[in-house]
Amino acid sequence: MVAVRQRRTAAPEAPLYTRADVEALSAVHDEPRWLRESRLTAWDLYLRLPMPGKNDEAWRRTDYRHIRWDEAGRQIENASPSIDVVPGAYLEPLIGDRQGGVLVFVDGKPVFYEVHPSLAEQGVVFTDLHTAVRDYESLVRPRLMTQAVLPGEGKFAALHAALWTHGVFLYVPENVVVELPLHVVMYNTTPGATLGHALIAVGENAQATVLVDYRSAEFEDQSVFVGATELLVGNGGDLRYVSLQDWNRETYEFSHQRARIGSDGNLDWILGNMGGEFIKQFIEVELDGQGAHGRVSGMFFADHEQMFDQDTQQDHNAPLTTSDLLFKGAAKDDARTVWQGMIKSLPKMQKIDGFQACRNLLLSDDARMDAIPGLEIEADDVRCTHAATFGTLEEQPVFYLMSRGVPRPEAELAVINGFFEELLDRIPFERVQARLRESLETKIVGR
Amino acid sequence: MGAALEIRNLHVNVEDKPILRGVDLIIRQGEVHALMGPNGSGKSTLANVLMGSPTYEVTAGQVIFDGQDLLEMEADERSRAGLFLAFQYPISIPGVTLANFLRLAINAHIKAEKPDSKGISVGDFRKLMKEKMDGLHMEHSFAGRYLNEGFSGGEKKRAEILQMAVLEPKIAILDETDSGLDIDALRVVSEGVVKLRGPNLGALVITHYQRILNYIKPDYVHVMYQGQIVESGGPDLALQLEEAGYDWIREKVEG
Repeated sequence: MVAVRQRRTAAPEAPLYTRADVEALSAVHDEPRWLRESRLTAWDLYLRLPMPGKNDEAWRRTDYRHIRWDEAGRQIENASPSIDVVPGAYLEPLIGDRQGGVLVFVDGKPVFYEVHPSLAEQGVVFTDLHTAVRDYESLVRPRLMTQAVLPGEGKFAALHAALWTHGVFLYVPENVVVELPLHVVMYNTTPGATLGHALIAVGENAQATVLVDYRSAEFEDQSVFVGATELLVGNGGDLRYVSLQDWNRETYEFSHQRARIGSDGNLDWILGNMGGEFIKQFIEVELDGQGAHGRVSGMFFADHEQMFDQDTQQDHNAPLTTSDLLFKGAAKDDARTVWQGMIKSLPKMQKIDGFQACRNLLLSDDARMDAIPGLEIEADDVRCTHAATFGTLEEQPVFYLMSRGVPRPEAELAVINGFFEELLDRIPFERVQARLRESLETKIVGR
Repeated sequence: MGAALEIRNLHVNVEDKPILRGVDLIIRQGEVHALMGPNGSGKSTLANVLMGSPTYEVTAGQVIFDGQDLLEMEADERSRAGLFLAFQYPISIPGVTLANFLRLAINAHIKAEKPDSKGISVGDFRKLMKEKMDGLHMEHSFAGRYLNEGFSGGEKKRAEILQMAVLEPKIAILDETDSGLDIDALRVVSEGVVKLRGPNLGALVITHYQRILNYIKPDYVHVMYQGQIVESGGPDLALQLEEAGYDWIREKVEG
């Protein structure tokens, strides 16, 4: 007789897609053969890859089995999406006053597109990904999920590659400086699945500033966002990239985000995570060329039942590369957060300087925060520092403020805001700071 | 008639241990009282309990401030009613600049008076900060620094007096504001207090030493010992303590 051992935890269920969904999506957009084939190759890969679960280190602390794929995974039905449904505040510029380009998606479809004439004159391409596939194949094809995020790196990366629904494409030719910022909004009004992409390529000695804002209206059914972000910074290039996430509380996000930076290239990457029911993000920086520098600043605040899980990685693949990563977050109510960081360096990559820190503020006894820093350094002439800290709201500074007349709620708000100030100070855009402060305040005061 | 702080038979425990054992004291607006006494006599406990620090337990007695029951009020209400404590060890608050801290405080006071007010204007606030900081020989750059973070002892005490100057309390308690200050810093801080002196300010200056009282000349001097005020007198009492120390007080109380 064979004893059957009961497995303690059931593996997460996979979404209910089929190969026909991939073919249909590709057909709707009348995609070129290369793209249809690449989607189908990714689909085959997707079928072979296991759903990540408790046995995978990156998912060990993360349970997403409460997602209902029949609800969250269904295709969004919105025949006539319109910009009119997007709250005006979400369309206001967050960086500078004049925008180089604005691209707004509603339920995965582009509903507004505007680009400053100067960009076209400079040879800059800024458009939605479907249009880019059609009109700029030579620019898109060599870059779309071939350099940064690869379909093979996980179930959700493969799913994204097979079924991405929409995206933004930016190409800045070498030596071109795009002064005006580019603003992208991905806004959902209907429950279901969107698989949004961002492909940003900044050429040699080129510069750009991009902000992508992810949001959704309030609704009761579950949604899923399976995203990919690819940031390609050429030698001597400079990219400032801001990504703000404030989904509604029924949204599950699984996303892979990776930057590659060439010699003497520079990336300043700012991430804000505020919304969603469940967020799983892989955020990685590959410092490929000598002298490359990457700075990553992440802010998160989880409340109620929210679960945020962020994995960060800084790969020093060349000598004289520097990276500086700071995440600061808070959790209140029953929220749960996980941060897992890693700095890697290949052998012989001397004179690298890597820093990673995650600072956590625990605002309730029922919340839980984990932060696990990591180093894998194979070179010897390096300087790598890492830190994870945890604290609670201290009474002393609150009392100090109260002794000057400030009521307790405002005093607590000031002290918690103070905790985040170190991170906000790293954000060179006043209105992005203001937006994050606003989210903070809403969360602290409670809703 | 001005406001008064009336402490009546105040008993306070810290972790079940009696620290104040029946303190009686009345401070009126316009009066400067010095409170002296050896280490551990309960002076700082009195200061903190009056401000409403949560770590102390009042077991008996009463404190009336400007006609209100002070012990029933939260720390913020006490401040808005016109009480101020310059802390002996001001803590730092990372991420909160001195300017922000003061703006929050000023606006809390304004909004308590006028709930619809939007608070002090940016221009008025800047002007006020400039004026008050100049009065304390503080560099304006301090306004943009995180409160007390990396401040020297003297700078922290100056920042305390700055807060006092801005909030214009009716009664201020200065808890060992002179401790840890060199002679120049002591002079600047004391002059800052002297500038605020007048019919609208009552003060309780807590100190071990006579030297701050050379600048801030008290109207009354009290000596605290083992949780009680055991001796009260005029300015001469401070000089007497400076010369003779506290031994004669001990002998008098215990003998």
